[in-house]
Amino acid sequence: MVTTTQESRSWDEVPDLAGCFGPYGGQYVPETLMNPLAELSRAYNDARRDPVFISEFDRLLRDYVGRPTPISYAERLSGTLGCHLWLKREDLCHTGAHKINNAVGQALLALRMGKRRIVAETGAGQHGVATATVCALLGIECVVYMGTEDMARQAPNVQRMRLLGATVRGVEAGSRTLKDAVNEAMRDWVTNVRTTHYLLGSVLGAHPYPMMVRDFQIVIGREARRQFLERTDSLPDLLVACVGGGSNSIGLFHAFLDDPVEMVGVEAGGRSDRPGDHASRFLGGGAAVGVLQGSRTYLLQDETGNVLPTHSVSAGLDYPAIGPEHAFLRDAGRVRYGTVRDAEALKAFQTLGRLEGILPALESAHAVAWIMREAAAFHGKNVLLNLSGRGDKDLDIVERHMPEERGA
Amino acid sequence: MTRIGTRFESLRREGRKAFIAFVTAGDPSLARTIEIAAELDGAGVDVLELGVPFSDPLADGPAIQRSSERALKRGVTLAGVLDAARRIRKRSEIPLLLFTYFNPILRYGIERVAGEARDSGVDGVLVTDLPPEEGRAWKDTAWTAELDTVFLAAPTSPPERLRRIVESSRGFVYAVSRIGITGERTALSEEAAPMVERIRAIAPVPVALGFGISTPEQVADAGRIADGVVVGSRLVRFLEEQPQGDLAAHVRWLRSGIR
Repeated sequence: MVTTTQESRSWDEVPDLAGCFGPYGGQYVPETLMNPLAELSRAYNDARRDPVFISEFDRLLRDYVGRPTPISYAERLSGTLGCHLWLKREDLCHTGAHKINNAVGQALLALRMGKRRIVAETGAGQHGVATATVCALLGIECVVYMGTEDMARQAPNVQRMRLLGATVRGVEAGSRTLKDAVNEAMRDWVTNVRTTHYLLGSVLGAHPYPMMVRDFQIVIGREARRQFLERTDSLPDLLVACVGGGSNSIGLFHAFLDDPVEMVGVEAGGRSDRPGDHASRFLGGGAAVGVLQGSRTYLLQDETGNVLPTHSVSAGLDYPAIGPEHAFLRDAGRVRYGTVRDAEALKAFQTLGRLEGILPALESAHAVAWIMREAAAFHGKNVLLNLSGRGDKDLDIVERHMPEERGA
Repeated sequence: MTRIGTRFESLRREGRKAFIAFVTAGDPSLARTIEIAAELDGAGVDVLELGVPFSDPLADGPAIQRSSERALKRGVTLAGVLDAARRIRKRSEIPLLLFTYFNPILRYGIERVAGEARDSGVDGVLVTDLPPEEGRAWKDTAWTAELDTVFLAAPTSPPERLRRIVESSRGFVYAVSRIGITGERTALSEEAAPMVERIRAIAPVPVALGFGISTPEQVADAGRIADGVVVGSRLVRFLEEQPQGDLAAHVRWLRSGIR
């Protein structure tokens, strides 16, 4: 890899020992969790240097998850857009999304720490399914918290988790979505912390989670970089990925931070820019730096510091905070962020299906919609987009929003 | 020394234990919270913890979650709670401790919160999701405003953390009696006594035990171990279930074990 020392140092220095990405991140949790977080940091720092742990992680990613996932050239869509669009096919991972990379890593770490019970939160259900799957594989008890609103709109994933032997607990509090599921998972963890590992699904929460989840997802970008060089003998000009908490995007971006490659993270623009109508933590109404669920970062909040409701057609992006490393990368000017409305994402879902034979997750469809809208600025350029998950879970939602398509 | 420190000092001289009550401010209304403060003062409560409602109370069990949600629905904010504190202070000298999550403080501005809290007659602040490592700026600001900073200690805190907690705390140290969230439990955790001993081994600071204490027996048990006992969820549930009930009598019953 061609890098200058100065550049590589700046991106590798975060987080610092206190878990801070510049002014973001940290450990804002009740005291009971501070020592468990320290133990988790120690165990992870030990594991990441242990060849046995690394080879077991790599083996499961290869033999069980199905890595490496390919990159596909989207020929027909490229033809209509005027750029060269490449898709990193995380939708082809076992369980249908990138989430399982992190689930495998953390579950192995839990076993290493002697924890035989795992709790997790889930929004779209992809992280819950990935966690339930890995827990079944490794013989670990699994409890998944999910907002009842999300259980209704992602029902197939609830069935999958239950069939995999996990207990799915509906969360009735607050907005009954991902944020409330995180609260409830944290309450479970703080109560059972000696026996239980909290398998957080994104680059969120208190240190070491944002770093650890990023590290377990870096495989996406490392593979894609190698594959892209092999196929085109060059690096892509632009990377695009959707950003909920931000794990699939960090996973893709990180391997390219020292390269002359432009990067765009796409947030959920929902229905409008009004507070409560979107999940755009950088650009939408109500965005400000704050502290939620362990981390200091950009957060959708009202003027009294209470967290605002969010809206997105995609349950996986429907969350009021963004991973602290994204806040850092944005301040540094290294990654640019954009938004896509519900309607654009639904349209992109349909377009990718018809032109490429791929039904993307509604989350990933946000990234597709962004390049469809902005393609003119990238004429003739190579664009690598992380297709973070597949859309099987979203068929009901898409049908409901596109009734005219039923008879077509 | 604030009213909190003075109260612990006089209790110590008398060989008595502090009874600390938690209520969510603004549930069912801020006007009612002001009356509740007077009733609790009359019932001999030594420190009143005013909970600032927050949208994501991840350290709290169902009773305090529900009351927090009710207060938020009524539009109760940190500014409103500070105003209620000012009105409580006009008619009572009961020591007041704000019990809050960090984000409302951050949004209001830490210097503004510290200054206005002090001016409102608040004596100290406990920030649930702010460990000493992240709380340095807040602690310095609060100390400059002559506010007590109460930090949590937990059964999972090793000695080096307890030292940091004790050094950052003024007024008292709030020892979480068990791992977990707030809410009523059937018995005091066996982890409570050794934890209080570990804190005392470091410094002669008052220690109050809270989380899960909800019966006179548990209050008595906690009083044998610590300098103060906090009852929260039990009172919040009483106010929820018996809004017209005799709160003072209920408190006298709860604290009968330590008087």
